[in-house]
Amino acid sequence: MKIRELVSVIDGEIVYGKDFVENEVFSACGSDMMSDVLAFVKEQAVMLTGLVNPQVVRTAEMMDMKCIVFVRGKRPDMSMIDLAEERDIVLVCTKLEMFTACGKLYENGLRGASGK
Amino acid sequence: MENIKLHYDVIKDDFSCAGEASGKIKKTLKGLGLDSALVRNVAIAVYEGEINMVIHAEGGCIDAEISPDTITVVLKDVGPGIKDVQLAMQEGYSTAPENVRALGFGAGMGLPNIKKYSDEMNIETEVGVGTTITLKFNI
Repeated sequence: MKIRELVSVIDGEIVYGKDFVENEVFSACGSDMMSDVLAFVKEQAVMLTGLVNPQVVRTAEMMDMKCIVFVRGKRPDMSMIDLAEERDIVLVCTKLEMFTACGKLYENGLRGASGK
Repeated sequence: MENIKLHYDVIKDDFSCAGEASGKIKKTLKGLGLDSALVRNVAIAVYEGEINMVIHAEGGCIDAEISPDTITVVLKDVGPGIKDVQLAMQEGYSTAPENVRALGFGAGMGLPNIKKYSDEMNIETEVGVGTTITLKFNI
């Protein structure tokens, strides 16, 4: 799924990374626990989270993730936007709750994955 | 090729910088053109170790050595040590305080993740002194 399409499905707003909306994401994970996210590996994934701190961007960096979606109306601060900019990671905000945002993406064909 | 050696200091409770060392090691490995899955495995394992040092220890350092066939990473901290390594290796077991959980860590996946993503893992720990974790990754 292209990031552009993902943003439209969850009625999101791009906070950073408008230039990368044509990039594809192939899988997704949703969690507020970064250690759980780190147990999940897949190329070109998107992370959905309600957590807002710089470690969210760093976790995405280690995992080679292309996009982070902040659910429940959470917004990243400037330090997070700066980190994302240095790493070409798209930041998206949606007012949807985690369950609904994940459900809409699943309904539109995006799938989760786990394991090394 | 001469082995590449990297050294980084890790500061206690500095959450804003936690992950800097792991990110730099990842960038160096990527720059060497190594396989992206290997680079990611190293990055994740070292990042979990770095977070553990920030959460639990009084600070420490990370040394990485890259040879043509192996990446060795040594995470050495001064701190409380691990009382029961076997217990700490269990998924879901955590002694992290509430403020750390609020940051998204302390799920009890740190050490299991480090083991999962490395080819070899060795823990030396002494209660009240500190912990040294040595990791090896085959190239």
